[in-house]
Amino acid sequence: MSTIAGPSAPAGADERLMRTSPLRRLLGRPELGSVVGAAAVFVFFSIVADSFLRASSLGTVLYAASTIGIMAAPVALLMIGGEFDLSAGVLVTSSALISSMFSYQMTANVWVGVFVSLLVTLAIGAFNGFMLTRTKLPSFIITLGTFLMLTGLNLGFTKLISGTVSTKAIGDMEGFDSARKVFASQWTIGGVEFKVTILWWAVLVAIATWILLRTRFGNWIFAVGGEADAARAVGVPVIRTKIGLYLGVAFAAWVSGQHLLFSFDVVQSGEGVGNELIYIIAAVIGGCLITGGYGSAIGSAVGAFIFGMTSKGIVYAEWNPDWFKFFLGAMLLLATLLNAWVRKRAEATK
Amino acid sequence: MTAPKAPAGQEAPHRALVELDHVSKYYGNIKALTDVSLEVHAGEISCVLGDNGAGKSTLIKIIAGLHRHDAGTFLIDGEETTLVNPRDALDRGIATVYQDLAVVPLMPVWRNFFLGSEPTTGAGPFKRLDVRLMRETTRSELLRMGIDLRDVDQPIGTLSGGERQCVAIARAVYFGAKVLVLDEPTAALGVKQSGVVLKYVAAARDAGLGVVLITHNPHHAYLVGDRFVLLKRGAMSGSHTRASITLDELTRQMAGGSELEELSHELERAPAPTHLGGHPVPGKAE
Repeated sequence: MSTIAGPSAPAGADERLMRTSPLRRLLGRPELGSVVGAAAVFVFFSIVADSFLRASSLGTVLYAASTIGIMAAPVALLMIGGEFDLSAGVLVTSSALISSMFSYQMTANVWVGVFVSLLVTLAIGAFNGFMLTRTKLPSFIITLGTFLMLTGLNLGFTKLISGTVSTKAIGDMEGFDSARKVFASQWTIGGVEFKVTILWWAVLVAIATWILLRTRFGNWIFAVGGEADAARAVGVPVIRTKIGLYLGVAFAAWVSGQHLLFSFDVVQSGEGVGNELIYIIAAVIGGCLITGGYGSAIGSAVGAFIFGMTSKGIVYAEWNPDWFKFFLGAMLLLATLLNAWVRKRAEATK
Repeated sequence: MTAPKAPAGQEAPHRALVELDHVSKYYGNIKALTDVSLEVHAGEISCVLGDNGAGKSTLIKIIAGLHRHDAGTFLIDGEETTLVNPRDALDRGIATVYQDLAVVPLMPVWRNFFLGSEPTTGAGPFKRLDVRLMRETTRSELLRMGIDLRDVDQPIGTLSGGERQCVAIARAVYFGAKVLVLDEPTAALGVKQSGVVLKYVAAARDAGLGVVLITHNPHHAYLVGDRFVLLKRGAMSGSHTRASITLDELTRQMAGGSELEELSHELERAPAPTHLGGHPVPGKAE
């Protein structure tokens, strides 16, 4: 791919390097496969569902995408860093339960509960990262353990404290209205309702992309996922990087959890199971390699958007929503194949 | 290559950059390394030779800060030291290039070049990688070492093995390493690629670095080496300067001296079954 040349070799334009066309550069992007997929899904539902193209549908689709996308972005970073988090789905519920029950039991301002929840959620993320780097067991096992434990704790604690599987309503408590504004408000723009989670989603994806592509930490994420031993040998703090990634997932789980709580005013303790896989699917559709070291945060957003379009498109097409999982699975397979094909072509022609 | 031919009789500095004195390392009850001594001087190449399992890896892991030694003394610039981790070794000017884990294959060349020591620009939340500097430096530094890359954006995994080693060496030189430890840099390479890598090893030496070259190839070692340490079954079986040993002798010792003679003896008598004292070899016609 390169040659050994004398010092007289031209430093400027290289005659062996063909001008890279913008198209070729685009083909090299990890999120390309997902963009093609998203366009295909969009066209498909535009044809089969009349109401899909209405402006009001856009707000609904984006909302569905944002609830997944907020989590998919940090999960994508974690996957690029070479690890999984199977506890991410129930951690969202745990985070909501903690805010709600702490505020209710202490009869405190709900913001106190929200803050306590942030600390506890981050601590659980740190626990995942710490266990992983200490025991050197696969993250699949560690977070599967956390997933099961949290599922049990969510149900057990909620029943113990409130007697039922859902928390007590906190809608009339101090601070609820301001917290709802932050985590679960909505705006109407041009007659279309947009939820605030869409904004949170956009901000998180932007931050994740910035971190990944333009910071030292981002360079380390690629390195620990691509070849952890090589990274360690050149002085990358592998342990700190991985724990940081789990903290990122925990932070997003906290944001999602607070949205869950303040959208309504009660939380069902059994929620969230299975969502962890949807986050991973969104990240993989978005071009993340399952083995780590490659992927993008923007891709995860496109993956989440595909998820939003499919889940709502099926409703607009007036099909039975039971088919949704089938579509999701087929999409995952197709996107992964497309990604692999595109990457192979991009690398072969480089 | 612009690098001048090495002045053969370069004066050795008084103090070694790195000195191991009767260093030992145990894993549980296994003696991985016993009483090994090694000196690394600026502008010199110290070769560590040994067969598989001789303790070469353990030795470099100690110098690189991956393992701590259990006995003996480890001196850096004359000061007794125990390295805590690879970062510690790097901070003290010891850079190690591993044969198979020198780089992260999926990452672009420029990201690999600066991995672990990325330059940043800006402040506070806008502190970011200095991407322009990183790309330009990668290109110019590699060109200075004689590697003319077409595209610093290509994943480093698309380079050949020799080129990857060279990038890793160029990186160590750029970051001001005083001691360069190379783990079997030519082991997986063809003759031509090995020559290219050895040229960079010599270039690093001429730049004033102390080099530790680990290899099981006495021919490669003798081409560039100033000092030779032979390891065998975790212990030092010989230590020579270039003046005190010939290539033939080095090869003979490396192969185990008397063991080699025995082996050649065994190989010789195979086609001559009469040496077996008249017993015919089954299945072989006289």
